[in-house]
Amino acid sequence: MNIQTTNRLTAAESALIEAYNAQLGDLPGDGDVLVARDRLLDELKKAGLPTRRIESWHYTDLRNLLRAVPAAQAAPTLDLLAPVVAGSDVLPVLQGVASAARAPEGVTLRRFAESLLDGSAAASLTATGEDDAIGRINGSFVRDGFALTIADNAELERPLEIQAQHGAGQVHTRFPVTFGTHSKATVIERHASASADGALVSTISELTLNDGAEVTWIVLQQQGAADSHLGQMRINLGANARLRLFVINAGGKLVRQELRVEVTGEGADLTLRGVNLLGGDTHTDVTLVLGHNVPHTASTEIIRNVIFDRARGVFQGMIRVAQAAQKTDARMACNTLLLSDEADFSVKPELEIFADDVLCGHGATVADIDRNHLYYMLSRGIPQNKARAMLVYAFVAEIVEELEDEVLVEALESIISAWLEKHA
Amino acid sequence: MLEIKNLHARIAEDGTEIIRGLNLTVKPGEVAAIMGPNGSGKSTLSYILSGRDDYEVTEGDILYNGESILDLDPAERAAKGIFLAFQYPVEIPGVATMQFLKVAMNEQRKARGEDELKTPDFMRLVKDAAAKLQINTDMLKRPLNVGFSGGEKKRAEILQMALLEPSLCILDETDSGLDIDALKIVADGVNALKSPDRATIVITHYQRLLDYIVPDTVHVLYKGQIIKSGDKELALELEANGYADIIGEAA
Repeated sequence: MNIQTTNRLTAAESALIEAYNAQLGDLPGDGDVLVARDRLLDELKKAGLPTRRIESWHYTDLRNLLRAVPAAQAAPTLDLLAPVVAGSDVLPVLQGVASAARAPEGVTLRRFAESLLDGSAAASLTATGEDDAIGRINGSFVRDGFALTIADNAELERPLEIQAQHGAGQVHTRFPVTFGTHSKATVIERHASASADGALVSTISELTLNDGAEVTWIVLQQQGAADSHLGQMRINLGANARLRLFVINAGGKLVRQELRVEVTGEGADLTLRGVNLLGGDTHTDVTLVLGHNVPHTASTEIIRNVIFDRARGVFQGMIRVAQAAQKTDARMACNTLLLSDEADFSVKPELEIFADDVLCGHGATVADIDRNHLYYMLSRGIPQNKARAMLVYAFVAEIVEELEDEVLVEALESIISAWLEKHA
Repeated sequence: MLEIKNLHARIAEDGTEIIRGLNLTVKPGEVAAIMGPNGSGKSTLSYILSGRDDYEVTEGDILYNGESILDLDPAERAAKGIFLAFQYPVEIPGVATMQFLKVAMNEQRKARGEDELKTPDFMRLVKDAAAKLQINTDMLKRPLNVGFSGGEKKRAEILQMALLEPSLCILDETDSGLDIDALKIVADGVNALKSPDRATIVITHYQRLLDYIVPDTVHVLYKGQIIKSGDKELALELEANGYADIIGEAA
C-alpha cells in the first residue's frame, strides 16, 4: 500500500482551477496557446501556490497569503482616468481588455488577444522557472493587453500611458514591448482599481531594449485596498541600452512585483528605483533577479520604503554576475523608514559573482525618522506633525527627483503626497 | 527678556548632570557673550534654551519675557521668537531649502495668528536677505544644507535668523570653521539684526568673534555654572591669560 501525502488544495488554489475550467473555451487562443495554458495550469495544480519553503517566496508565502480568488466578472462601467502626465498618449485596458487606441507615430500597436488568437504568443506563455507562480497564473488566464513595437530611432515626444483599470473580479494582462535600436521613450504602466471589492490581477510586461534604446518605464501600482496584484517584468537589455525603471507601489492588499532583468549587451545600463508606500494591513514584495551576463555593464538599484500601521514589506535583490561579465558595476541599496512598531520589513540582498574584476555592493538601512533632522526642523518653528510629514516625503521624493523630467517628477510627487496625506 | 534661575539639567539618556545651578539674565537689546573651556556646558545650554528633548531640566527655571518656557517644545519656543544658530547645522536631503524657509516662516506666522506670506513677498524677502549675506541663490535651490561648505552653512543659519526675525538669538560657536572674510559677513549679518528689543547670546571659545560682534556683557561658564561676569574687557582678559586664573578664583 502506498502512503501518499497529498496537499489539500487551498480555497484560492481550488478557485483558480475552477475558474480555469469555467472559462475553458472562452479564453482566447489557438491550439498552441491552449496547450501552453493547459501545461501551465497543470504545473500550478501540481506545485500548488508557492509557500515559504520555496526560497524566492520565503517572505511572501503566497499559498497562505492569497486567501481567496474572486470569480471572473464582467467589466463595470469605467471612465478613463486623467493621465498621470497631462498630454500623454493613453492606451486603456479595462478589466483586462484592451480598448481601441491609436498608436502615436513610431509605435506599432496590437492587441495581445490577437497574438493569442493567431498563436504567435504561445511561445511566451511560459514559466521562467520552478518558482514562477506568476508566469503560470498569468499564462493560464491571460486574455489581453497590448503588444507594442517602438520603431528604430523613433523618439516619442509624449509619454505613453498604459492605463489598466478594473473593478472586482479577475484581470490577467500582458504587455510585450520591443524598443527599436536607438529609440527613446517614456512609458507609464499604471494599475488602478475602481472598486473597493477585491480583484486578482496578474500582469506581465516583457521589455526588449535593442541596441542603444533609452527608456524610462514607470510602474505605478495603485490597486484597491482589497486587491491582490501579481506583477512581473521580463526585461532584456541590449548593447548600450539604458533603462530607467521606477516601481512605485501605493496600493493593494497583497502585492508581489517581480523584476527579472537580463543584461545581455555590452555597455547596457539599468537604473532601478523603487518607492514602496505601505500602510494598513497589507503585504508588498518587490523581488529583483538581475543578471549581468556580458562585460562592461552597470546597474544601480535604490529602494525606499515608508511603512505605517501593520504593513509588511519585502525586498529581495539578487544580482548575478556571470564569469564573462568583467567590469560589471552594480550597486544596490534598500532604505526603510519604519514608522510603526507593528510594521515590518524584510530585506534580502544576494550577490552571486563569478567574475573577478567587478564592483558590486549592497547596503540596507532601517530607521525611524532621524531625531536630529526632526529637532532641527522643530527648532525653526515647524510643528512636530508637519516636520515628520516633510521628512517622510523627502525620503521618497529624493528618489523621484532623479527622473529630472520636471513634469513627470511633479506628477509622481503629487501622487506620493496624496498617499501620505491619506495614510500618515 | 531672558532669566535663567538656578538651572540644573542633565542628559536624559544617562542622567549625567551638565548644568549645575546656572543663573543668567539677559536684557532686551543686550549682546551677552558666554565663554568657557571645552566641556563646560556651553552648547548644552543652547540646546536646553531651544528645547531639545535630549536634556532634562531637574531644577530651576527659564523665564522668557517673564514666562517659563520649560513646558514648550522647540517649535513653540521658536514661534515665540527664540532662535538657535547651530554650531553644526544638519543636512536634510530631499527637503528643498526654499520650501523649508517658506514652511518655517509660515508656520511661525500661523502660530502667532498672522497671515501666511504670499509667494512673491516670500521670494522678495529671501532674495534681499540672501544678497546681504552674499549667498548665491543657486545654493538655495539645493536641499537644506546638503553639500554646503562650512561657511555656507553658517551663512544659511544667519539667513534663517534674518528671515524669522527672532527676539532672542542664540549663536552657538558661529565662528567655528569660518575664515576671516566669512566671519565678517556673518558678523555683519548678526549686527544688522541688532535692535533695542532683540537680545543676542553669543557662545564662543575665542575672543576673535567678539571683535566683530561686540558684547555688552561677558559670562564665563565652567562646570555648568556662570563663575564670573563682566563687560567686554573680561573677554580680552581671558584671551590674554586663559581660563585658569578665573577657574582658580572660583574654586
